[in-house]
Amino acid sequence: MEVKETEISAGCLRDLSVELAGVTLKNPVIPASGCFGYGYGMSEYYDIDVLGSISFKGTTLHPRFGNPLPRVAECTEGLINSVGLQNPGIDAVIAEELPRMRERFHGPIIANISGFSVDEYRECCRRITGESQVAIIELNVSCPNVHGGGMSFGTCPASVAEVVKAVKEVSDLPLFVKLSPNVTDIVEIARSAEDAGADGLCLINTLLGMRIDLKTRRPVVANVMGGFSGRAVFPVALRMVWQVSHACSIPVIGCGGVSTAEDVIEMMMAGARAVEVGTANLIDPWACPRIIEALPEAMEKYNIPSLRSLAVDK
Amino acid sequence: MTANDTKYTVVDNRWIGTNTMMMILEGATERFSAPGQFINIAVPGFTLRRPISVCDIEGDYITIVYDVVGHGTEALSEMEAGRKLDILPALGNGFDMSKCGERPVLLGGGVGCPPIYSLAKNLLSIDVLPTVVLGFNTDERMIMIEQFENLDIPFYVATVDGSYGTQGFVTDVIAREALNPDYFYACGPLPMLRALCTQLDIPGQVSLEARMACGFGVCMCCSLETRRGPKRICKDGPVFDKEDLIWK
Repeated sequence: MEVKETEISAGCLRDLSVELAGVTLKNPVIPASGCFGYGYGMSEYYDIDVLGSISFKGTTLHPRFGNPLPRVAECTEGLINSVGLQNPGIDAVIAEELPRMRERFHGPIIANISGFSVDEYRECCRRITGESQVAIIELNVSCPNVHGGGMSFGTCPASVAEVVKAVKEVSDLPLFVKLSPNVTDIVEIARSAEDAGADGLCLINTLLGMRIDLKTRRPVVANVMGGFSGRAVFPVALRMVWQVSHACSIPVIGCGGVSTAEDVIEMMMAGARAVEVGTANLIDPWACPRIIEALPEAMEKYNIPSLRSLAVDK
Repeated sequence: MTANDTKYTVVDNRWIGTNTMMMILEGATERFSAPGQFINIAVPGFTLRRPISVCDIEGDYITIVYDVVGHGTEALSEMEAGRKLDILPALGNGFDMSKCGERPVLLGGGVGCPPIYSLAKNLLSIDVLPTVVLGFNTDERMIMIEQFENLDIPFYVATVDGSYGTQGFVTDVIAREALNPDYFYACGPLPMLRALCTQLDIPGQVSLEARMACGFGVCMCCSLETRRGPKRICKDGPVFDKEDLIWK
């Protein structure tokens, strides 16, 4: 599929570019971490240079195989995954995955980094900083803190602040924190990240969910619970993006169930500066280029001259 | 592959067993490179595509055989001729026929038999004579017997309950009939594949399956630990060399 940046057959031109903490993206569409690998594999389906950015597969300091199978359960308009952060480790990503990614993608890359301790986040971010095209670090704070009783970093404002401060010491890249929706008050966590020096936020990560197989009477995924994502979570994501965008002054990337150009516009009207598209890629490998291609027409329909004009006035 | 390469039309969809259907699809077939590859079918009303291995390809026609096991395959079973389906074709790496040896035995278990049919036909087309052994729980669950018989090759059937052919498993047929193969290809339930990989003293390849989300290598839902590191069943498989597999 051929997708031109700001042109459609009707000939209407629209400015799709957006800015995230000083990084300009030619359009707001970013495949979400974990739904796109390290990008190059998707070149089989389309020219991935049409994308605004790519958030690569969540990477940890050490290689991880992840959770036992089955790792996926189908839901109505969504799915549950419990992959468990399978990745080859930051050094292999830098040595093998990033070079292959850069052969196919020439825009700004978002490095999605996970960790199980503050030290691990810090070391991982230190190593990725300075790699060409890596323009933003996105911290996945939904992992359990092994030194903090196993509770997820992202559910505790103090833990989020601690990780943000630690990473800011070793990296000058814009730092976005990807927030877990599995909290009582996401605004409290968002403010904590902002106060600690985060340059932006990304939300939402997956909602904790589960399914049971009626025939076996056992949970479908081996790990019992997993992250729920897909179109069904869009209203929840949108609500949280709205709350956080209106409470914080740093830019927000909206993520959760985005599948169409109209979803992108709705997310941006809620306050997002850009959007991540996750589960939609797994169902339709052309989800992102279809959205980008449909954006100018949707903007014309809703009388939006430029996507930047949607920025929430703060 | 472009978004236009995913358009297929149901030509036929009928029961071929108590729980099993055969569907014939019309559409592009040129991307298929080896028997054992699979297609991923978007079933309207369901989030995830249904991955199903290819049973046969003739011209623009793809035959698949599937067990009706849940809501998704039930919906698939109701698709009538003329129905358009969105399908990702030619996924995964199929059987490597270049390693087949001189006396390959092809082993299929239950709904693992369809890709074995495609492999047998393809081996015949390169002048290799395979022996086929199929295994089923009982005669009521047997499928594709006539199609395999029509290939006119050495062909055996085992049923666990002895209601047809040799009583027992496909491994029992190999021993009882003194087949003496020098290579094997297999597709079927995991216990069968485990038995073959751990009991047969010859090299071979087996086709694995797993619950998948994407089917094209990005979600990491079907990962497998192998002797060559983590592999994705959908993208690096579904066919793996016996030597690379770890049986716990």
